[in-house]
Amino acid sequence: MNTTNNSTIERFPSNEVMLDLIDLKKVYPTPKGDYIVLENLNLQIRKEEFITIIGHSGCGKTTMLSMIAGLNEISGGKISVLGSSIKGPGPDRGVIFQSPSLMPWLTTMENVMLGVRKVYPHATKKQKEDICKYYLHKVGMDSTFNKRASEISQGEQQRVGIARAFAIKPKVLLLDEPFGMLDSLTRGQLQDVLIDVWNKEKITAVMITHDVDEAIFLADRVVMMTSGPRAKIGDVLSIDFERPRTRKAILEHDDYYTYRKHLIDFLEH
Amino acid sequence: MKDSIIRGVKFIGLGFLEPLIRLICKEDPKKNTKEIFRKIIAPIASIFIFVGLWQLGSTALYNTEANYKIEATLKSQGEAEAQKIKECMESGEPNCQPNTLPSPAQVYAAYQTLLKDHRVIAADKKAFKEKTFEMNKKRVAQGKKAITYTGRPSFVDQIKTSLKTVFAGFFLALFIAVPIGIIIGLSKTLRGSINWIIQIFKPVSPVVWLLLVFMIVKTLTKNSDSDSSFIISFISVGLCSMWATLVNTAMGVASVNTDYLNVAMVLRLRPMQKIFKVILPASLPLIFTGLRITLSVAWMVLIAIELLAQSPGLGSFVWEEFQNGAMDSNSKIIVAMFVIGMIGFALDRIMLFIQNLISFEKETI
Repeated sequence: MNTTNNSTIERFPSNEVMLDLIDLKKVYPTPKGDYIVLENLNLQIRKEEFITIIGHSGCGKTTMLSMIAGLNEISGGKISVLGSSIKGPGPDRGVIFQSPSLMPWLTTMENVMLGVRKVYPHATKKQKEDICKYYLHKVGMDSTFNKRASEISQGEQQRVGIARAFAIKPKVLLLDEPFGMLDSLTRGQLQDVLIDVWNKEKITAVMITHDVDEAIFLADRVVMMTSGPRAKIGDVLSIDFERPRTRKAILEHDDYYTYRKHLIDFLEH
Repeated sequence: MKDSIIRGVKFIGLGFLEPLIRLICKEDPKKNTKEIFRKIIAPIASIFIFVGLWQLGSTALYNTEANYKIEATLKSQGEAEAQKIKECMESGEPNCQPNTLPSPAQVYAAYQTLLKDHRVIAADKKAFKEKTFEMNKKRVAQGKKAITYTGRPSFVDQIKTSLKTVFAGFFLALFIAVPIGIIIGLSKTLRGSINWIIQIFKPVSPVVWLLLVFMIVKTLTKNSDSDSSFIISFISVGLCSMWATLVNTAMGVASVNTDYLNVAMVLRLRPMQKIFKVILPASLPLIFTGLRITLSVAWMVLIAIELLAQSPGLGSFVWEEFQNGAMDSNSKIIVAMFVIGMIGFALDRIMLFIQNLISFEKETI
């Protein structure tokens, strides 16, 4: 087993690193003085890596993710993508939100198109449509190109959300508990959809989850965050299962329960 | 087939016909008969009850007024005169009927009179047009003004004028309130700085708006011979009614779901794209709620404004009839009241129809 402590956190060669969080800090001013959510948070994520982040509610996971997305200001330290610091949000970092956040007045196609048009400004209309169709097909939404987002179920909406995020070919994909609002059956299906698309595209992914099994099934490394205030990286656990993975094979693997116990011990310590 | 008809009638706001259609298609007779009673028969019964109560009320008022008149005559002019008046009333002679709330039958008769009057005037107008057609052609060729019909407008003409004024006012309100609403919705600073204007001018009465517009327009149109009473009334209507749209638009734009805004930020949409693809569609339901209120307020204040501005229309019709004091004037006023009410209702339905047509939220009432 390959775990590291925060004090001796592993550094990677800079040409392997996609996303680098250095001494990240987030402070929210409150009437009773500053509230420090994150402090001394260091994390390096390699190219083509799938990271899941677990931690207690309110520890600052979502704050960290929205800072990476550029939706939340950075109070101290820095975040860089491929060596250059981020300035605000941008299409190099795709986000899949907890609620599907599709525009209900647009069709599924138009929702995906919204980002595609931005990223491929010189493509012809046909080419852009083909890109949208390709990703909608990948998430199993072939029959809904012309349906409005308000007419499909939440699970389907989140599928479109996944298609929208992948279609803009981001360098980093940020997922904020994307399946948290779904029932467990739909959740399993969508994990498969996500990992299928991801296996093809190999986009660096950072995903927040509350679900220990989900964290193990999807991730190359599981990052555990300490409880706030002043939350930071508590522990990192490498998951060394072969890819592509199947849920069945993983459940039967000997290491699975060791990994699971490690994560649960951390959360309950 | 059946379902598409039902969807169709629901779409145009006639959803109450649904059980009837279902019954005709022999679907669940017991439940649908009950629904028909609830949705069709009971409302129709309520109309009859309404008319009945009206009939009773007007009869009571008629009797009170008649007795008073007879007694007054008896006191001042003696028994013979009183008897004469009583007979005159009973004979149904229009000139000696007491002046009070008219009965439904009288109102219906007045409605017929107004229609007949309209037909006469319309025929008159047509004849006038034919007669002056050749002459007007020549006059226009000579560079002179064409002769126009200047006779009395019929009731239907008044309705048309009122509708013209209300739509002019409504579109004025739309073109002022929606853009300004969007702008102040987008900017917190502007919202804060303009808020006092909205809060202070929103509750101002239509009459005062009319006077304000009158002051300005009177000066501006001094040198032109355009129809200033129309301009005054439609601008006043617009100014009175635009506030609901302004407030709703600003609120709608300012309260767009942050998820949508985050998506727009992550996708780095350009400002214009963000406004037209995200913010406007998201605030459309509230903008339309505002526009519906605006149209109904516009129609409501229109009558008062026409009455004061002495511009032609239903308002001046009502006022003229009141001043006129002819026998069937009261009945005509009641006819106008129903017409005003029904047109107001129809306007609201039209707005609802358009709202359902373009809005993404299907369940708006």
